[in-house]
Amino acid sequence: MSAVAFLGAAELGLVFALVALGVFLSFRVLDFPDLTVDGSFPLGAAVTATLIVAGWNPWLATGAAMAAGALAGIVTATLNVRCRILHLLASILTMIALFSVNLRIMGRPNVAIITQDTVLTPFYGLGLSDAVLRPLFVLVVVAAVVALLARFLNSEFGLAMRATGVNARMARAQGVSTDLHIYAGMALSNALVALAGALFAQTNGFADVTSGIGTIVIGLAAVIVGETVMRSRVILWALVGCVVGSILYRIAIQVALNADFIGLQASDLNLVTALLVAGALILPRLRNPLRAGRQEPGTQGTAR
Amino acid sequence: MKITRIAGTVLALACLGAVPAGAQVQSKSVAVTAIVEHPALDAVRDGVRDELAEQGWKPGDTLRFDYQSAQGNPGTAVQIARQFVGQAPDVIVPISTPSAQAVVSAARDIPVVFTAVTDPLGAQLVRDLEKPGRNVTGLSDLSPVADHLALIREIMPDARRLGFPYNPGEPNSVTLLELVKKLAPEHGFSIVEAPATRSADVQGAARGLVGRVDAVYMPTDNTIVSALEALLIVGAQNKLPVFTADTDSVQRGAVATVGFNYYQVGRQTGQIVARVLKGENPGDIPVTSAEGTDLYVNPKAAAAMGITIPDAVVARASKVVGQ
Repeated sequence: MSAVAFLGAAELGLVFALVALGVFLSFRVLDFPDLTVDGSFPLGAAVTATLIVAGWNPWLATGAAMAAGALAGIVTATLNVRCRILHLLASILTMIALFSVNLRIMGRPNVAIITQDTVLTPFYGLGLSDAVLRPLFVLVVVAAVVALLARFLNSEFGLAMRATGVNARMARAQGVSTDLHIYAGMALSNALVALAGALFAQTNGFADVTSGIGTIVIGLAAVIVGETVMRSRVILWALVGCVVGSILYRIAIQVALNADFIGLQASDLNLVTALLVAGALILPRLRNPLRAGRQEPGTQGTAR
Repeated sequence: MKITRIAGTVLALACLGAVPAGAQVQSKSVAVTAIVEHPALDAVRDGVRDELAEQGWKPGDTLRFDYQSAQGNPGTAVQIARQFVGQAPDVIVPISTPSAQAVVSAARDIPVVFTAVTDPLGAQLVRDLEKPGRNVTGLSDLSPVADHLALIREIMPDARRLGFPYNPGEPNSVTLLELVKKLAPEHGFSIVEAPATRSADVQGAARGLVGRVDAVYMPTDNTIVSALEALLIVGAQNKLPVFTADTDSVQRGAVATVGFNYYQVGRQTGQIVARVLKGENPGDIPVTSAEGTDLYVNPKAAAAMGITIPDAVVARASKVVGQ
């Protein structure tokens, strides 16, 4: 694996770490399996790219993308909380609708911003190579998000949100408005996913309506791999685990891309990636057979 | 035991590498990537490889030929682009728009020859088709839509309405839709859109056209081409002739087309790649359009779909499928 390929994998892992953090928030904290992310990721990319082409400041465009993502999360939450639609189905409905919405926003399936200014443009002149600069930039963003999110989840509001996910009835008995926390959590989760989409578009120069396919799988894989490698009940470490899990997932793909020497073809990529991730999940059990019989803390959600 | 075997393999590989390459042709490396694997895009890849082999760079001998498919995921396409940039091959050949954008944004110095991109300017791959500049050139596969419409008119003089199945999520198809809508009135056609966002939706989209159109004109759309058989079945069952934009699809059972096949697109791309391998600067090579005026007809399919292809058309066809 060359340095450029490794840095590329790390950069993409960091971009998708924002997806993992969003999925962690909905799936682990709120116990809300949310497929909206397959739509809110390209939504973030679509809004950013369209606004940048329209001449907006890239930072404002990124902010608008997050707002659009939050809105998508609120739509899913409304379908679930107010309309009593099963959470999985509610999120699928939003996801499908977003495909059309994204086409409307962009006006066509693919908007290029290769030649436009992005949030990264001012940094390109600093003398660092692109391959180093881009992951560094995303790392700073992700570190800031992790710090803010850890602080939020340890605040009174955040603790009430965690209580909502663990036991909604109990939380309500304690005077917590669980509906409010589902709205807020879903908005925040999808805003983070849209931010990932916005950064993906800006680091790679295009927004494509198909770029959301499989986002939820990547996010979930990152969360679960992260839980396997970093077992902790401390919320900050659980969040860091998501980031680490996301980078490990990308490295798994990188290894799969280089697996042709053992007779594998390009079409085997998804299978090899799945096997590598499955291996990463099984290995810790094999290492310690005494624990294998016990309930893995990861499978129940470490950080509630 | 294991170590000796590995050492043996390494030694064998080293020996293979040490075999002197062809006298005049130096070893080169070309890395090819496509957004997804399907017959047309695979044919482009094979065309590139065969053209390079014919020009003296034999894969596995004087040419290192890498191929990666993103399996439909633009995120993976980006990662493949970074991997290729890290490998620093002599030329990177991205097939399709998203793969090309991922490669162009990642590669600043490595020569890039994109292909199977309908609108290179709209995709911001180059700023100027005649003088691309920088490290990028390539081949556009914009269909000769006017020729297609003229051919349909010649075979079906009374047809008025044309169904246009396409995936609104594919940039190429949307460009073609705009073009066909602009050109259709000149040929006396009106266009009825039939969007299908997944290959599983193609049959439903085709059924929706029955009774509303006189013929179907299928663009070079990845989703529709992948599910062509679903479209052909609906055409045969309802006597609705299906015309296509690529010759491969006529061999699979569509009525007729005039145009290129994707293997030829690959061969033409390979010629540009070869020029770059010989030392030309990609930025100095104009972006070319896929050529080919092959007329493919399939009289048996036409009969199944309730029409006859005029003898004059069959007589000048470069290929009559089934003969």
